[in-house]
Amino acid sequence: MTNDEATALLAAALHEVAPEVDLGTVDPDLPLQEAAGMDSMDFLNLVAAIHDRTGNEIPFRDYPRLSTLKLFVSYLMSTPGPA
Amino acid sequence: MTREEIHKDQMDRAASANMPDYDAARRTFSWDTARQMLDGLPHGKGLNIAHEAVDRHADGPRGDKVALRFLDDSLTATDISYRQLQALTNRFANLLQSLGVGKEDRVFALTGRIPALYITALGALKNRSVFCPLFSAFGPQPIRWRLELGDARVLVTTAALFDGKVAKLLDSLPKLQHVILVDAHDLDAGSGQLLDFDEALAAAGEQFDIEPTDPQDMALVHFTSGTTGPPKGAVHVHEAVVAHLATGITALDLHPDDVLWCTADPGWVTGTSYGIVTPLTRGVTSIIDGGTFDTERWYRILEAERVTVWYTSPTAVRMLMRSGADLPGRFDLSALRFAASVGEPLDPEAVVWGREALGGPIHDTWWQTETGGIMIANYASMDIRPGSMGRPVPGVEAAILARGADGRAAVSDGQVIVVDRPDYEGELVLRPGWPSMFRGYLHDPDGYRACFAGGWYLTGDLARRDADGYFWFVGRADDVIKSAGHLISPFEVESALMEHPAVVEVGVIGRPDPIAGQIVKAFVTVASGQVPDDQLRLELIGWARARLGAVVAPKEIVFEQDLPKTNSGKIMRRVLRARDLGIPALDLGIPEGSPDDI
Repeated sequence: MTNDEATALLAAALHEVAPEVDLGTVDPDLPLQEAAGMDSMDFLNLVAAIHDRTGNEIPFRDYPRLSTLKLFVSYLMSTPGPA
Repeated sequence: MTREEIHKDQMDRAASANMPDYDAARRTFSWDTARQMLDGLPHGKGLNIAHEAVDRHADGPRGDKVALRFLDDSLTATDISYRQLQALTNRFANLLQSLGVGKEDRVFALTGRIPALYITALGALKNRSVFCPLFSAFGPQPIRWRLELGDARVLVTTAALFDGKVAKLLDSLPKLQHVILVDAHDLDAGSGQLLDFDEALAAAGEQFDIEPTDPQDMALVHFTSGTTGPPKGAVHVHEAVVAHLATGITALDLHPDDVLWCTADPGWVTGTSYGIVTPLTRGVTSIIDGGTFDTERWYRILEAERVTVWYTSPTAVRMLMRSGADLPGRFDLSALRFAASVGEPLDPEAVVWGREALGGPIHDTWWQTETGGIMIANYASMDIRPGSMGRPVPGVEAAILARGADGRAAVSDGQVIVVDRPDYEGELVLRPGWPSMFRGYLHDPDGYRACFAGGWYLTGDLARRDADGYFWFVGRADDVIKSAGHLISPFEVESALMEHPAVVEVGVIGRPDPIAGQIVKAFVTVASGQVPDDQLRLELIGWARARLGAVVAPKEIVFEQDLPKTNSGKIMRRVLRARDLGIPALDLGIPEGSPDDI
């Protein structure tokens, strides 16, 4: 997945969970939950929304690699795009 | 589901518990004896939480011991010793005095779990002001309601939270005189209302003598959610510290050299009672993690900090369980001696999982904002019946009352019916008299009175007691939602959605959820001409989140043009709950002629 594809995927998934958040205003280096005003349930829902879109399961052990916007996008770039 | 009882006599840890024999302790315990574990203010000047939590240790052999250890996002530790905490809280108390803030004035905090929050709490108590914590994930609306209801005079917050949530509220809060900002950069010196926390603290004196404090003086206000109205401010007094210490010893089995990690945020009562007051009063080290939840991070903290007593929530435990069986095995959790949980019933599977993953079962505890401290618990020395809340802490008497038509305790001419028959499901009640009992709701004496009947405090929770005295949580007797351990008022959520021009009616319920216990779900009726499509659904979710914050806002919204209503037009949340579960309302035990129908 390219950077643009990964960012678009994350933006679309985030829109389902926290539609009030504009991804462009989220500090890419801050903890994502804090920067996007999400709680733990939102985070789980966000991961589920990505799974729904790509069919890719994100295992629990990879969650630390999703802790900021920047890390999240890099992680998605390492995974196959939507089928 | 029935699980096999976990016997403590097979575990050597029970023998070294503070309370080796529960039944004996119940017979001999008295709150007067518990009071003697505290020092009281010098020269008989009364009882002040901050003296018991800070000053008496700072002046003694524990002075250089770490009182609070803060972990940042990268798990870097910042330590504050008891002596340092004394100096910092003295400075904050002096700062309040210099601002003319005094006894009973409300000092609010809206921050993450950073040192300033703890300095504010204890400094305000030293000044005999009233500390009122707010959860930093609240949106502007819950913040405004609570500041207003609590007559906030001082607010300590961060520059980022101030800019994002508070600045726009200032005009509607005329009583708020001082806002003290952490991480304030380039503060406009001309604006007298705003102060820089670090600067103001540095300018304040380091010596402070606590003025005489009556044990019944107001100390803390914690906000909680009701069914029908705005939040309620539950008032607690300095005497509460007697229960905080006693339950820390009996229910959490805190020993003097323990390292306690209470994962709750002080914005909720658990994080203040057991994250600040109890560990400090006991003189132990309290671990405070400023980061967000992450399973691996949490195991790492347990390992690296050699946490011995861990107090957390069922939601967190369920998330740890989901993260896989191999994960905990990668960490050295051998220091952990006692794990406990609060916020909602802990499933039997989770109790048992603790044994495998953590090396010991998880001990469920039950209490409320109003009770101020743990009331019913599973103890280090007592056999556990997985799924049970446990038995009342020594000094507390609990009972089950017969229910009336509305599901709450039946009250007739002020009289109630105590049901001693085992396994009867009724309202859980407590005999008033324990020191941390709330003393009122702010500005709501009628609401306070309504919490008592027949000489009992009515908890609003339904429970049953088995033949051996173990209590089992059944559910809420009212419509309040319990999500991830937090009480959420359907009224507060409905009010925010009703402000949207497309919405004409809303009913909000808690929908069962495997992780959070319940999640907030809203049924919305839209105005004619509005299209109830996915775009509007997301708009409403965003609307509510921007106003209420993530923890209060609905996670799910569905459109329903025909909400079930009483003859008087009140939305019947119970019927919504039943419909949502796909079962007829009658199967939920909803009697005809209940108040919903009035």
